[in-house]
Amino acid sequence: MTFAIDVHDLVKRYGTRTVVDRFSLAVEQGRICGFLGPNGSGKTTTLRMICGLLTPDGGGGTCLGHDLVREREAIKRQTGYMTQRFGLYEDLTIRENLEFVGRLYELDRLKARVDRSLERLGLTTRQGQLAGALSGGWKQRLALAACVLHEPRLLLLDEPTAGVDPKARRAFWDEIHAYAAEGITVLVSTHYMDEAERCHEIAYIAYGELMARGTAEEIVRASGLAAFVASGPGADHLAVKLRDAPGVSAAAAFGATLHVCGPDRAELERAIAPFRADPNIVWQEAEPTLEDIFIHLMGQAHDNAPGA
Amino acid sequence: MGGGFLRRLGAIIIKEVLQLRRDRLTFAMMFGVPIMQLLLFGYAIDADPHRLPTAVIAADQSQITRTVLSALANTGYMRFTHQPASDEDANRLLQQGEVQFVVTIPSDFTRRLIRGERAQILIDADATDPLAAANPLAAAGPAINQALARDFVGPLAGLRHKADSVELVVQRRYNPEGKSRLNVVPGLLAVILTMTMVMMTALAVTRERERGTMENLLAMPVRPIEVMVGKIVPYIAIGSVQVAVILIVSRLLFDVAIEGSVALLSVGTALFITVNLAIGFTISTLTQNQLQAMQASFFMMLPSILLSGFMFPFRGMPVWAQWIGEALPATHFMRVVRGVMLKGAGFDDIATELAALLAMLLLVSILAISRYRVTLD
Repeated sequence: MTFAIDVHDLVKRYGTRTVVDRFSLAVEQGRICGFLGPNGSGKTTTLRMICGLLTPDGGGGTCLGHDLVREREAIKRQTGYMTQRFGLYEDLTIRENLEFVGRLYELDRLKARVDRSLERLGLTTRQGQLAGALSGGWKQRLALAACVLHEPRLLLLDEPTAGVDPKARRAFWDEIHAYAAEGITVLVSTHYMDEAERCHEIAYIAYGELMARGTAEEIVRASGLAAFVASGPGADHLAVKLRDAPGVSAAAAFGATLHVCGPDRAELERAIAPFRADPNIVWQEAEPTLEDIFIHLMGQAHDNAPGA
Repeated sequence: MGGGFLRRLGAIIIKEVLQLRRDRLTFAMMFGVPIMQLLLFGYAIDADPHRLPTAVIAADQSQITRTVLSALANTGYMRFTHQPASDEDANRLLQQGEVQFVVTIPSDFTRRLIRGERAQILIDADATDPLAAANPLAAAGPAINQALARDFVGPLAGLRHKADSVELVVQRRYNPEGKSRLNVVPGLLAVILTMTMVMMTALAVTRERERGTMENLLAMPVRPIEVMVGKIVPYIAIGSVQVAVILIVSRLLFDVAIEGSVALLSVGTALFITVNLAIGFTISTLTQNQLQAMQASFFMMLPSILLSGFMFPFRGMPVWAQWIGEALPATHFMRVVRGVMLKGAGFDDIATELAALLAMLLLVSILAISRYRVTLD
């Protein structure tokens, strides 16, 4: 089995603050790995260490078979890194941006490659527009196109769809799957649960530590969480009452229904028992969602985090 | 590897030119500001320097000669620094800007004076900066005659009433009509280039950092030297056009022609532009944002205006200020431009100034490259 990413015990400190703490991750070639975690959990820092933009303070490993620290240049040549903030030039046109990137990678047949890339994007007719004039969704797709122009073997995407509408997000993810089908490995950070579910596997990081790892099902199964869904008039109002009850790690209203979960099934049942008397509300046991699990994990990590 | 360097360098250059072309306002200012400054400063600058370096050729050594020389020194305008052996040596000193004046006392000076004949003293003045020459020359004649009147006692008392017995022959070199503009305009070339060139590149890296494009650039396989040179090259072209504009406007409006070699002036100018761009790039790597970069450029600009010999005659400044001035590229370029444009100086005359500029370029480039980070650490 070949790993596109194989890093272990990565540590990054800023002053006395440890942003990434002994982080290890292995991603097989051709897989899409979703990288999840709360804001400030060290996702961006980890991605930057993997693509050679930051030097780890500890640990190491390989990326596409190259050493993370010593073979930075080789990694850069075969990796596409899409920054969280739009990293292309807003005062250059779409075509000029792609050409600029292509020249930096010394690509041959530049015009043909850019043409093909524009066609794939569906931006051929708008190639003369300034990149700054594009909508958020289009900007992200352009950035992705620029990342893959040099045919990298690994894509590192840092919250590529933040603030992008659902249709554009779907289009973006279709493209990611198309690239993965071509054998490109993708490590993508996101906050969206539907996107997490579109990944082959998930890595959940909180406060610099890897908390969960596996496919969506594996993570759900391993979590050991129990969950109930209540529906009926007024069910959603129970969220406030249940949220802080013992045994409940999360209680949230979804429209008119209520979703509660907790780490221990018996304890969770005790917590909801007083409300089950209401004949208007129907309670059903349910599968915990990824969101349930991540919120639960975040709470756990927070309890463990020093000084939190 | 070599081809890769050129391709990546080309990528940066093309990108910079495209961005520059889109930034219409900046582009307009790069040409509008110099012309405005040219008009403004061309008509406005004034100064009255003292203790200017002066060479003396005294072919006649007598009590009276000494009286004359001390009278000149006592005006406060002249300071005798050189005693050249020949007229050629004296001319060279003047040409290189080592001295402001050459005072020549002919061998028959004392004899003619005692005989009651009119005696001459010759003063050659470097009039490229007419203000530096005007007051000293105006003060020289009366000072000499007053001193002689005091000295003519005893048997010479009879000469006393002939108050104008000494004739001062003044030759204003290089700028015979004493036009201030002739001096200010070439100086402006140095100031304008310092202002625009340093500032433009000072913003080059900080702008990328602020707009969030730096991270993307660093993630791609481009080396520091490629980024630096690529960002500098387009501005060398722009600087050259600026220089052409300034020279043409100077010619048309102020009637300032180039006495010396245009090729030599071009070499000096290109070198100076590059030094400034490298300084700007270094500022860019040392500062965090565009505002800081702007402030740092101003920090560079003010001394370049005040201490380079542009605003005030260099020789008139206190020694410590002259030392600061020597460390500024603008000072050396000022001498190159004034030398070549006004005095018709050749390569030998300005070789030390060019060498100083070259040394600065190397120093600053090394600093810039060592400061540029390929990571975000």
